[in-house]
Amino acid sequence: MNRKYELVYVVSPEATDEQVAELHTQVESIVQRLNGTLEKSENWGRRKLAYEIGRHKEGTYVLEVILGGGELMKEIDRRLKVSDLIIRHLIVRVDEEQGVVERTRARRTETSRRRRVARGLPADRQPGEGQRGEPDDDRDDRFDMGVEDIR
Amino acid sequence: MNGRKSSGGRGKAAAGQQGKDGQRRPMFRRRKVCKFCSDKIDDINYKDVKLLMPFVPERAKILPRRISGTCALHQRKLRTALMRARQLALIPYTAE
Repeated sequence: MNRKYELVYVVSPEATDEQVAELHTQVESIVQRLNGTLEKSENWGRRKLAYEIGRHKEGTYVLEVILGGGELMKEIDRRLKVSDLIIRHLIVRVDEEQGVVERTRARRTETSRRRRVARGLPADRQPGEGQRGEPDDDRDDRFDMGVEDIR
Repeated sequence: MNGRKSSGGRGKAAAGQQGKDGQRRPMFRRRKVCKFCSDKIDDINYKDVKLLMPFVPERAKILPRRISGTCALHQRKLRTALMRARQLALIPYTAE
Protein backbone atom coordinates (compact mmCIF):
# COMPACT_ATOMS: atom_id res chain seq x y z
CA MET A 1 0.00 0.00 0.00
CA ASN A 2 1.84 3.01 -1.18
CA ARG A 3 0.05 6.26 -1.12
CA LYS A 4 1.35 9.70 -1.64
CA TYR A 5 0.59 12.43 0.81
CA GLU A 6 1.40 16.06 1.02
CA LEU A 7 1.94 17.55 4.40
CA VAL A 8 2.17 21.27 4.93
CA TYR A 9 2.72 22.65 8.38
CA VAL A 10 3.02 26.14 9.68
CA VAL A 11 5.57 26.67 12.39
CA SER A 12 5.24 29.49 14.85
CA PRO A 13 7.32 32.55 13.97
CA GLU A 14 9.02 32.43 17.36
CA ALA A 15 10.68 29.14 16.48
CA THR A 16 14.33 29.35 15.58
CA ASP A 17 15.76 27.81 12.43
CA GLU A 18 17.14 24.95 14.50
CA GLN A 19 13.72 24.18 15.91
CA VAL A 20 12.25 24.13 12.41
CA ALA A 21 15.01 21.78 11.32
CA GLU A 22 14.38 19.63 14.36
CA LEU A 23 10.69 19.32 13.50
CA HIS A 24 11.69 18.22 10.04
CA THR A 25 13.97 15.51 11.42
CA GLN A 26 11.20 14.40 13.76
CA VAL A 27 8.85 13.97 10.82
CA GLU A 28 11.58 12.20 8.91
CA SER A 29 12.22 9.75 11.74
CA ILE A 30 8.54 8.86 12.04
CA VAL A 31 8.40 8.30 8.32
CA GLN A 32 11.40 6.00 8.44
CA ARG A 33 10.16 4.16 11.51
CA LEU A 34 6.88 3.28 9.83
CA ASN A 35 8.39 2.21 6.51
CA GLY A 36 7.58 5.28 4.49
CA THR A 37 9.75 7.38 2.26
CA LEU A 38 10.18 11.10 2.25
CA GLU A 39 10.03 12.12 -1.36
CA LYS A 40 10.45 15.83 -1.17
CA SER A 41 10.89 18.47 1.45
CA GLU A 42 10.56 22.15 0.86
CA ASN A 43 10.82 25.12 3.14
CA TRP A 44 8.82 28.06 1.90
CA GLY A 45 10.27 30.30 4.54
CA ARG A 46 8.45 32.87 6.52
CA ARG A 47 5.16 34.08 5.13
CA LYS A 48 2.51 36.40 6.35
CA LEU A 49 -0.64 34.58 7.36
CA ALA A 50 -3.89 35.58 5.68
CA TYR A 51 -5.53 35.79 9.08
CA GLU A 52 -4.29 35.66 12.62
CA ILE A 53 -3.97 32.24 14.18
CA GLY A 54 -3.89 32.66 17.91
CA ARG A 55 -1.87 35.81 18.12
CA HIS A 56 0.48 34.96 15.30
CA LYS A 57 0.59 37.00 12.13
CA GLU A 58 3.41 35.15 10.42
CA GLY A 59 4.54 31.60 10.10
CA THR A 60 7.18 29.39 8.56
CA TYR A 61 5.72 27.03 5.99
CA VAL A 62 7.22 23.62 5.38
CA LEU A 63 6.04 21.16 2.75
CA GLU A 64 6.82 17.45 2.87
CA VAL A 65 5.81 14.89 0.28
CA ILE A 66 5.57 11.47 1.85
CA LEU A 67 5.03 8.02 0.42
CA GLY A 68 3.45 5.70 2.90
CA GLY A 69 0.35 4.21 4.41
CA GLY A 70 -2.55 5.68 6.33
CA GLU A 71 -1.23 4.55 9.70
CA LEU A 72 1.92 6.55 9.18
CA MET A 73 -0.02 9.69 8.40
CA LYS A 74 -2.24 9.12 11.40
CA GLU A 75 0.80 9.02 13.61
CA ILE A 76 2.26 12.16 12.05
CA ASP A 77 -1.07 13.93 12.40
CA ARG A 78 -1.20 13.00 16.06
CA ARG A 79 2.30 14.22 16.69
CA LEU A 80 1.75 17.50 14.90
CA LYS A 81 -1.43 18.16 16.85
CA VAL A 82 0.45 17.77 20.11
CA SER A 83 3.32 20.03 19.15
CA ASP A 84 3.13 23.56 20.47
CA LEU A 85 5.35 25.04 17.83
CA ILE A 86 3.08 24.02 14.97
CA ILE A 87 0.19 26.38 14.61
CA ARG A 88 -1.49 24.74 11.62
CA HIS A 89 -1.02 21.69 9.47
CA LEU A 90 -2.73 20.01 6.55
CA ILE A 91 -2.37 16.50 5.17
CA VAL A 92 -3.72 15.79 1.69
CA ARG A 93 -3.61 12.55 -0.22
CA VAL A 94 -2.44 13.40 -3.72
CA ASP A 95 -1.67 10.20 -5.65
CA GLU A 96 -5.15 9.73 -7.09
CA GLU A 97 -5.54 13.32 -8.19
CA GLN A 98 -2.11 13.30 -9.74
CA GLY A 99 -3.03 10.23 -11.74
CA VAL A 100 -6.11 11.96 -13.08
CA VAL A 101 -4.12 15.05 -14.00
CA GLU A 102 -1.52 12.99 -15.82
CA ARG A 103 -4.14 11.05 -17.74
CA THR A 104 -5.99 14.17 -18.89
CA ARG A 105 -2.73 15.78 -19.89
CA ALA A 106 -1.63 12.74 -21.85
CA ARG A 107 -5.00 12.50 -23.54
CA ARG A 108 -4.90 16.14 -24.53
CA THR A 109 -1.44 16.02 -26.06
CA GLU A 110 -2.41 12.86 -27.86
CA THR A 111 -5.55 14.39 -29.42
CA SER A 112 -3.75 17.59 -30.32
CA ARG A 113 -0.99 15.64 -32.03
CA ARG A 114 -3.49 13.57 -33.94
CA ARG A 115 -5.38 16.62 -35.09
CA ARG A 116 -2.23 18.42 -36.11
CA VAL A 117 -1.14 15.46 -38.17
CA ALA A 118 -4.59 15.34 -39.77
CA ARG A 119 -4.19 18.98 -40.73
CA GLY A 120 -0.84 18.22 -42.29
CA LEU A 121 1.22 19.91 -39.62
CA PRO A 122 4.12 18.45 -37.69
CA ALA A 123 2.92 16.69 -34.54
CA ASP A 124 4.60 19.02 -32.13
CA ARG A 125 4.19 22.72 -31.85
CA GLN A 126 6.92 24.71 -33.54
CA PRO A 127 8.58 27.61 -31.76
CA GLY A 128 6.98 30.92 -32.59
CA GLU A 129 3.69 29.29 -33.43
CA GLY A 130 0.40 30.09 -31.77
CA GLN A 131 -0.96 33.29 -30.38
CA ARG A 132 1.30 36.05 -29.35
CA GLY A 133 1.92 36.45 -25.66
CA GLU A 134 1.25 32.83 -24.95
CA PRO A 135 3.49 31.68 -22.17
CA ASP A 136 5.82 28.78 -22.74
CA ASP A 137 5.34 25.75 -20.59
CA ASP A 138 8.82 25.73 -19.15
CA ARG A 139 8.37 29.14 -17.65
CA ASP A 140 6.43 27.88 -14.71
CA ASP A 141 6.69 30.36 -11.88
CA ARG A 142 3.43 29.44 -10.25
CA PHE A 143 5.01 28.26 -7.05
CA ASP A 144 7.41 31.14 -6.67
CA MET A 145 5.95 33.03 -3.84
CA GLY A 146 7.49 36.34 -3.07
CA VAL A 147 6.66 38.75 -0.32
CA GLU A 148 4.73 40.96 -2.73
CA ASP A 149 2.15 38.24 -3.36
CA ILE A 150 1.12 38.03 0.21
CA ARG A 151 -1.85 40.17 0.85
CA MET B 1 -16.42 15.48 -24.76
CA ASN B 2 -14.14 17.93 -26.44
CA GLY B 3 -16.81 20.35 -27.44
CA ARG B 4 -16.91 22.24 -24.21
CA LYS B 5 -15.78 25.48 -25.74
CA SER B 6 -18.08 25.50 -28.71
CA SER B 7 -21.23 24.25 -27.03
CA GLY B 8 -22.81 25.39 -23.82
CA GLY B 9 -24.58 28.69 -24.22
CA ARG B 10 -23.87 29.82 -20.70
CA GLY B 11 -22.09 33.06 -21.39
CA LYS B 12 -24.63 35.17 -23.12
CA ALA B 13 -22.96 36.23 -26.32
CA ALA B 14 -24.14 38.99 -28.55
CA ALA B 15 -27.67 38.11 -29.38
CA GLY B 16 -29.83 38.88 -32.32
CA GLN B 17 -29.38 41.05 -35.33
CA GLN B 18 -27.52 44.30 -35.52
CA GLY B 19 -29.88 47.26 -35.58
CA LYS B 20 -29.53 48.85 -38.99
CA ASP B 21 -30.28 52.41 -38.08
CA GLY B 22 -28.17 52.33 -34.99
CA GLN B 23 -30.89 52.65 -32.41
CA ARG B 24 -31.26 49.99 -29.72
CA ARG B 25 -28.16 48.10 -30.54
CA PRO B 26 -28.14 44.76 -28.78
CA MET B 27 -25.81 44.82 -25.84
CA PHE B 28 -22.60 43.07 -26.67
CA ARG B 29 -21.22 41.02 -23.89
CA ARG B 30 -18.04 39.11 -24.32
CA ARG B 31 -18.59 35.45 -23.88
CA LYS B 32 -17.05 34.17 -20.70
CA VAL B 33 -14.81 31.17 -20.91
CA CYS B 34 -13.42 28.99 -18.21
CA LYS B 35 -9.89 30.14 -17.43
CA PHE B 36 -8.76 26.63 -16.60
CA CYS B 37 -10.14 25.14 -19.80
CA SER B 38 -8.66 27.79 -22.04
CA ASP B 39 -5.28 27.89 -20.29
CA LYS B 40 -5.27 24.10 -20.04
CA ILE B 41 -4.55 24.09 -16.35
CA ASP B 42 -5.21 20.56 -15.14
CA ASP B 43 -4.32 20.65 -11.52
CA ILE B 44 -5.79 23.42 -9.46
CA ASN B 45 -3.41 23.30 -6.56
CA TYR B 46 -4.02 24.77 -3.14
CA LYS B 47 -0.38 25.81 -2.88
CA ASP B 48 -0.61 27.97 -5.96
CA VAL B 49 -1.73 31.23 -4.42
CA LYS B 50 -1.01 33.21 -7.57
CA LEU B 51 -3.52 31.15 -9.50
CA LEU B 52 -6.17 31.24 -6.80
CA MET B 53 -6.08 34.91 -5.87
CA PRO B 54 -8.15 36.17 -8.84
CA PHE B 55 -11.01 34.01 -7.58
CA VAL B 56 -10.99 35.60 -4.17
CA PRO B 57 -12.57 39.03 -4.36
CA GLU B 58 -12.34 41.81 -1.79
CA ARG B 59 -14.68 40.25 0.73
CA ALA B 60 -12.70 36.99 0.48
CA LYS B 61 -15.69 34.99 -0.68
CA ILE B 62 -15.25 32.50 -3.48
CA LEU B 63 -16.11 34.10 -6.80
CA PRO B 64 -19.27 32.50 -8.19
CA ARG B 65 -19.34 30.71 -11.49
CA ARG B 66 -21.79 33.12 -13.06
CA ILE B 67 -19.26 35.91 -12.68
CA SER B 68 -15.98 34.16 -13.35
CA GLY B 69 -17.33 31.92 -16.12
CA THR B 70 -15.50 28.90 -14.77
CA CYS B 71 -16.96 25.59 -15.91
CA ALA B 72 -18.63 23.33 -13.36
CA LEU B 73 -15.83 20.81 -13.23
CA HIS B 74 -13.16 23.38 -12.61
CA GLN B 75 -15.26 25.37 -10.18
CA ARG B 76 -15.53 22.25 -8.03
CA LYS B 77 -11.79 21.73 -8.13
CA LEU B 78 -11.20 25.39 -7.49
CA ARG B 79 -13.45 25.27 -4.47
CA THR B 80 -11.54 22.44 -2.82
CA ALA B 81 -8.26 24.16 -3.57
CA LEU B 82 -9.47 27.42 -2.10
CA MET B 83 -10.76 25.74 1.01
CA ARG B 84 -7.49 23.94 1.57
CA ALA B 85 -5.56 27.16 1.07
CA ARG B 86 -7.83 28.81 3.61
CA GLN B 87 -7.01 26.21 6.21
CA LEU B 88 -3.35 26.97 5.83
CA ALA B 89 -3.93 30.72 6.06
CA LEU B 90 -2.68 31.22 2.52
CA ILE B 91 -5.89 33.02 1.63
CA PRO B 92 -8.36 34.61 4.03
CA TYR B 93 -11.74 33.35 5.15
CA THR B 94 -13.09 36.85 5.57
CA ALA B 95 -11.93 40.37 5.08
CA GLU B 96 -11.47 42.12 8.37
